[in-house]
Parts: sequence; structure tokens; C-alpha cells
Amino acid sequence: MAKPIEIEAQGLCYTRGSRVIMNQLSCVFPRGRISVLAGPSGSGKTTLLRMIACLIRPDQGALRIDGEADLTELGLGAVRAFRRRVGMLFQGGALLDSMSVFDNVALPLREHSELGEAEIRDEVHRVFEAVGLDSVDALLPGQLSGGMVKRAGLARALIEKPDLLLCDEPFSGLDPPTVRRIEELLMQVNQSGGATMLITSHHTESTRRMADHLVLLLDDGAVSGDTKALLQNDARVAEFFAESTSPALAKGAP
Amino acid sequence: MNPAAALRALGARSIALVRDLGRFALFSVRLVAAGVQPPWRARRLIREIYDSGVLSLVIVCISGVAVGAVLGLQGHNTLVRFGAAGQLGAVVGLSLIRELGPVLTSLLVAGRAGSAMAAEIASMKVTEQLDGLRMMSVDPLDFVGAPKALAMVLSMPLLATLFTLFGIFGGYLVGVVVLGGDPGSYISTLQDAVRFTEDVVGGLLKAGVFGVLVALIATYRGFTAHPSSAGVSAAATSTVVIASVATLVSDYFITALWGY
Repeated sequence: MAKPIEIEAQGLCYTRGSRVIMNQLSCVFPRGRISVLAGPSGSGKTTLLRMIACLIRPDQGALRIDGEADLTELGLGAVRAFRRRVGMLFQGGALLDSMSVFDNVALPLREHSELGEAEIRDEVHRVFEAVGLDSVDALLPGQLSGGMVKRAGLARALIEKPDLLLCDEPFSGLDPPTVRRIEELLMQVNQSGGATMLITSHHTESTRRMADHLVLLLDDGAVSGDTKALLQNDARVAEFFAESTSPALAKGAP
Repeated sequence: MNPAAALRALGARSIALVRDLGRFALFSVRLVAAGVQPPWRARRLIREIYDSGVLSLVIVCISGVAVGAVLGLQGHNTLVRFGAAGQLGAVVGLSLIRELGPVLTSLLVAGRAGSAMAAEIASMKVTEQLDGLRMMSVDPLDFVGAPKALAMVLSMPLLATLFTLFGIFGGYLVGVVVLGGDPGSYISTLQDAVRFTEDVVGGLLKAGVFGVLVALIATYRGFTAHPSSAGVSAAATSTVVIASVATLVSDYFITALWGY
């Protein structure tokens, strides 16, 4: 079982050139829950995800894990130890294109575990089965469809049973059946393993279906809380979803 | 532009250059540190030697024959004026072993394998593959950079040796087979003139230094490329330009300092 992580952003600021991407952003991603990070394009969703992954550092502010250590202050060794607890699904999959799909997914185990090749093969096939991939062992990432790349990326993110799963736009560019399949998979992983999940998404239907916690990034800060409650009670959230989805869904239809 | 603005621009460029050199030095130290520490990535190293070395064989061998043939032709025409046509083997051999073999191989390898190396790393950066490695707690310098750099350093002296051998063969073809020189003189003057420690080892040393330079420049340009398609192309182009200039400049200093 995973030991889910709680992340708290405190007063994050981030500027690139003359563009202010984040200004005093504060929000919480509760332990063991599926949090969806929504907001207009350029609102800093991916930037926040990359900050939590320690791939970029904020100009100012803190990112506390379990109310204690500040991710922005960690040294390289501590960052590597933290990343061992984190799985990340990148928007484009980020699979190593010179290696087979099997080798991509097996890589974290080969690097960090004492498992033999037979055990690694079993473990990789177990995760392939979980994400619905079959007969892809010898294929190169370039030979996969968009949906299969996402699933292979997800398999790699899940192979070490992470405590925190970060997913950057997992539904972008996918057809509706594949979106539903990945949605179900993520919810299943959350229910069975209990890992905290943080998903950036423009896909409002998926957000409504799977998020039990919503963080909406707006120009004047973040709005966060229980998804259903926010949709019913917060005018800004309702307006954002009304603009980005079909009228029926915006009114709360299933 | 007024003089103050011009001075300011010059200062900014100078500071940027010094900063870039400092980053390059730090990068080089980190790359070497990653390369000499376990885990040893033998399979990746062999694959990279194939990419850098084996795939460069054809251009290196063909270029070697062509350069040797030109040397044979020019050397014969010049030596005939001084009544020393029999010394062609020594002229071709020494030119290739001491100078042209290592230098031209480095320029060729920088253009083929160095640019490909920089472009591949830069493209991995654009497609977030390097970030993907970081998220698996795998150091991209150790996993990607070190095997590529080491493969380049190991391949360069071997390729330079091949270039030189094929060059000597090209010189023989033209000087002996085409122009009717004496084959015995060609081989014996070559044998008499070439000293192993001074010439052969010196040439290999040069090739090794060029290998280090091309490897460091290519990997640095790849890892520091701007994450865009223009950045990939700029990384490849700048690798060829900088590595070529670095080869030619360092060649002078190696020759002058070691006095060989």
C-alpha cells in the first residue's frame, strides 16, 4: 500500500521574463484524494505540477510535503529520494524513444531494485495488464498510438507503486473511449493503492467525473475545495465550467 | 549606436561568454564525475560506440583514401622538382600520422556524430525525456551524457588510425600505381621516417584530446539547448562550428607545447 502524501503550496510566485505566471498561489492537495488542477491556458497548471516534481523552483514561496519538509529547499539527494515516491505521467508520455516499451517501463526497477530479470518481467506485465496494454513489449514508443503512449507512460509512472501520482493533461488528444478508460484506470489506482493524485486537465467532463477535490487557478488566485460543493456554490467555478463544457454538464447533469 | 551603448553591449556579450565558459567547465566536471562512478552502463556504451564509431567508418575511410591520394599527387609533383620523388612515402605518412589524420577525423566526426549527438540530446530535452529520467531518479548526465561522451573519446583515436591507414593506402595508389613510383621506396621511406613514440603516439594523443573536446561540446550543446525545434537545430549547428574551431586551435597548442 502507498503512503499517500499531502502537498501544501504556500504563497508561490513564479515569473518568466515579464510574464507573471504565479502570484502568491496557495492551495492544498489532500492526502489520498484525486485532485484536479484546472484553469485557463497559461494559468500555471503545468508549472505547479513541475514545481511539485522539483523540476523547477518557484521564485518565492514554499511547497510542504505532509506539513513538514519544504520541497523548494531540498538538496539533490533529498529530491531524488522524494522522486522515488512520485510517479509522473507527462503530457507527451516522455518515453525514451530509443528503448522498447518494455525497457522503458522496466527502467525504474532495473535502476533502483534488486529484482532479477524474471521478476522484473512479471512486474512489468502486471502493470501492462492493469493499464490495458498487450503485445507491446518489443515495440518502440514511436510505433504506438497516442492513447497507448499515455498508457505506457502511466505504466512507467505506476511501476514503483508511487505515493503521489502527477498526471499532466492525461486526456489531451484522446478519443472519448480512451479518455474513459484512462479515467477508470486512474480511479482504480487511487482506490486500490490510495496514492494521492494530482491531475492537470482541461477536460471538464473527466474533472467532474473523477475529481473529489478541485483546484481552479484564476487570475486572482486559486479556488479549491470539494468538487461538487464548488460547482454548486462558487459562481467563478460554475462560470469557468459553463464556458468550457456543454450546458447540460455545467448544470450538474451526470 | 552611441559609444556608451556599444560598450555596454560588448560588456554584456563578454559577461555572457565568461558565464557560458564557466557553465561549460562545471558541466564537464559533472559529466566526468558521472562517467567514472558506477553504475557502469556497458550496453549503452556499446550502442553509443556503434553510433559514433561504426557509423562513421565509411566516411572516415573514403575521406582517408581521398586525402591520401591528393597528398600522393601533390607530394609527387613537388618532390620531383627537388629530385626526391622516392621520399613520397615519408611525406604522405608523416603528414597523415602527425597532423591530417587526427585533425580531419575530428572535423569529420564532429560533423557527423557530434552534431547527431547534440541533436539527439536536445530533442530528448524538447520531448521531456530528460525530465522523465529525472522523475525516475535517474541522472540524465549519467544515463545519456556519459556513455555518449565516453564512446566518442574511445572512437576518435581508432577512427583517426583508420583514416591514416587508408590515407597511406590512397597515397600508395596514386604515387605508385598511377604515377609509377617505386613501391619499395614508398614503404621503406615511410618505415624509416615514422617514429613510434614521437609520431604515432603523438597522433593518437591528439585524436584523444579532440575526442574529449568534441564529446564535451556536443553533450553540453545538447543539454543546454533551448527546448524547441529551432533549439535542436542550433545545438547541432553550434556543435559542428565550435568543435571544428576547438579542434584547429587546440591542434596548434598541442603541437607547440609538446613539441612533436
